[in-house]
Amino acid sequence: MAQVPMDYGLALAAALFVLGLAGVIVRRNVIFILLSIEIMMNASGLAFIVAGSRWRQPDGQLMFIFILTMAAVEVSLGLALVLRLYHRLKTLDIDRADRMRG
Amino acid sequence: MGAIFYISAAVAVAATVGVITRYNAVHALLYLIVSLLAISLIFYILGAPLAAALEAIIYAGAIMVLFIFVIMILNLGPQAVRRERSWLKPRMWVGPAALALILAGELVYLLESGPAGAQAGTASVGPEPVGATLFGPYLLGVELASLLLLAGLVGAFHLGRRETGEETAGEQEIQTGVAKAEGAAVEEPGAALGGE
Repeated sequence: MAQVPMDYGLALAAALFVLGLAGVIVRRNVIFILLSIEIMMNASGLAFIVAGSRWRQPDGQLMFIFILTMAAVEVSLGLALVLRLYHRLKTLDIDRADRMRG
Repeated sequence: MGAIFYISAAVAVAATVGVITRYNAVHALLYLIVSLLAISLIFYILGAPLAAALEAIIYAGAIMVLFIFVIMILNLGPQAVRRERSWLKPRMWVGPAALALILAGELVYLLESGPAGAQAGTASVGPEPVGATLFGPYLLGVELASLLLLAGLVGAFHLGRRETGEETAGEQEIQTGVAKAEGAAVEEPGAALGGE
């Protein structure tokens, strides 16, 4: 059986990344924006895994582990900020928080 | 093996489109979990079993539970019960369930047909070389990741602290709930560290 071509894996990663980017741009609910950022990070991790699989090296998986760590930190801080935003503005609309010291 | 990859990729893209087109956050989370599981299967096919396990455990497990927890915190009140009831209607979960069934079928097929690495012709890079490289040449990266996790811990603790003098007395109960949620958020980086 043939190996999965590297191009297809990278194309899938690019498609998922673009979908996440579209989510960040289109949605205005801050929870959905965080979810879309997760999608984008996951797509970049997929690109690393595809490359690591292509050259049969463990480095791709290492980069994925680092991305995973960063995603965990980002989510915990982001959700704490979401709760803080909700208590201050009573909404999750990111456009309501477009002013500093608002 | 190629067919498995293409089916999983189609499921991942379809579920991701579902994530960014839902109006309800919990439905989007269901689709995102399916998408993460599909990508986890792709990792396994590509010969990265450790990354596949981490994807399923940490991403689809820990991080998504954190999201669900915060969404539930933000939906306090009597209308939450009505909303909860509407979530149990079949048309809400039939889409993610169908996609997850496709993934389950692929998983059963993979388990039936033996190790993926031998079949796909890809040399599977198991946990041993990954661990040896992680604590060998990449030791500085591990230290930096621990610093990042510590910063996340301190930051989440700071943001989750109860603000004095800002909220009125009526908000106190909600605030207590938030403090509990932040306790969970603070513990999350520790879980990721354990995953390493």
